[in-house]
Amino acid sequence: MLVTELKPREEILGYLRDGERVFLVSCDGCAEVCEVGGEKAIVDLGALLEGAGHPVVGTTVIPFLCNKALVGIRLSRLRDAVEGADALLVASCGVGVQAVAAVVPKPVLPAANTVSYGAFQGIWPGEERCARCGDCVLAYTGGICPLTACPKGLLHGPCGGSHRGECELEPGRPCGWQRIYERLADIGRLDLFARYRPPKDRRRQYDVPLSRRRSTLWALEYLEEV
Amino acid sequence: MRFRDRLAKGEFVITCEAGPPKGTDVGPALEAVRRLAPYVHAFNVTDLQSSVLRMSSWALCALIKREGYEPILQMTCRDRNRLALQADLLGAWALGIENVLALTGDYPTLGDHPDALPVFDLDSVQLIAAVAALNSGKDLAGNELEGKTDFLVGAVVNATADPLEPHLAKLRLKVELGAKFVQTQAVYDPEAFVRFARAAEGLGVPIIAGLIPLKSAGMARFMNEHIAGVNVPEPLIAEIERAKTKEERKEVSTEICARIIRAVKPYCHGIHLMPMGWEDVVPGILELAGINP
Repeated sequence: MLVTELKPREEILGYLRDGERVFLVSCDGCAEVCEVGGEKAIVDLGALLEGAGHPVVGTTVIPFLCNKALVGIRLSRLRDAVEGADALLVASCGVGVQAVAAVVPKPVLPAANTVSYGAFQGIWPGEERCARCGDCVLAYTGGICPLTACPKGLLHGPCGGSHRGECELEPGRPCGWQRIYERLADIGRLDLFARYRPPKDRRRQYDVPLSRRRSTLWALEYLEEV
Repeated sequence: MRFRDRLAKGEFVITCEAGPPKGTDVGPALEAVRRLAPYVHAFNVTDLQSSVLRMSSWALCALIKREGYEPILQMTCRDRNRLALQADLLGAWALGIENVLALTGDYPTLGDHPDALPVFDLDSVQLIAAVAALNSGKDLAGNELEGKTDFLVGAVVNATADPLEPHLAKLRLKVELGAKFVQTQAVYDPEAFVRFARAAEGLGVPIIAGLIPLKSAGMARFMNEHIAGVNVPEPLIAEIERAKTKEERKEVSTEICARIIRAVKPYCHGIHLMPMGWEDVVPGILELAGINP
């Protein structure tokens, strides 16, 4: 189970330029339980986008967005609507956002932050990994997480050890920031590369936010074991 | 004249690396600094280079300053969080250290404590922002300081990285945030360096080209494999491999370095030498390259 919470509305709308059309993807797995995904996200985020002048050109709810093969199959059935969108807004954990970005060559934007849960149980979803940092930056990094794709978790581009697309850690390991650079180039958003971001709020990375601790989910999944 | 004043005047500067000891015996490091001082304007003191435990950079910087020479404090983001980095910067300023070079830092697994926690609370871009904050009289959290710093902060770049564009974009951001000079990773391909220098010209900051004298073919191959951001082309490795004795290798290495300096000099504002224990070749390299102290 991964725990998510919706990002502030201003942050979500801030990703989009005037009038950009959006395809909405929502996860019916962990994110639904956290009241971030499911049908509710389609209704709430749809209203938010339409109200701000962003046409919603299509929507889909997928059982487990962390399953990249499933995501690819589901979205391929909706190809025309997806191709008509300028960006995809994804209501899921960081793994789901990255799984969508891995199969759709368009800007893929996170509607939620994935927060620390102190532990992880369940499946390990391919190479799209989420550090549960509580302050998702995938909208700025082409849908590839710099905290997990770069072993140093850098936020502003490659370190000096990146060469010919490889990381300094071991031969054959791709440089996460080179991948991000190429993805941003592919989707025509290099303007997002190397934009200053202030240091991360590490409290959100290492502790469960109070708002989530009060949730029913927290009580069911955690407190009864204590 | 201070390092910053030389840069401001557009003078061609020579910087050289000084490595803190593995232990407490600072004698040999300071002796090397004294020998090189007539040729060098400022000494970069490394910060646990290649993630190998050594004495703190700020400590050797303070000792070099006490000898009357000018240090550049190298700071990586690998070992300290934002509190410790800022604390050491304030302490360094109080000890008379005026120059800082901000680096990401190698990953701990490359060094002699591979089981250490990698910190990277800030990255090199945010570290430059932290120095700029302290210079303005505030800490990173926006709190007022009692007495502020006035560091000259520099950035690093791998000038011959391939592809170059992401590195250049990051460097541009560092300059926007306050970096006032740039020191590059070792250059062995002057053509690639010139391409970088032309692309970086618009940044308006002095570029100091890095150079590591090749000690042997084995060392060159080791660096290619293990040192982040260093790439020695095969023809240079073959050149040093033909030299048989240590003395011959020093001659060939000096000739290679001088050749690279002559090729890049019209496109940069200084040379940064990283002799890795071969401090005795530095005067010969500079002389052969036509650089007068």
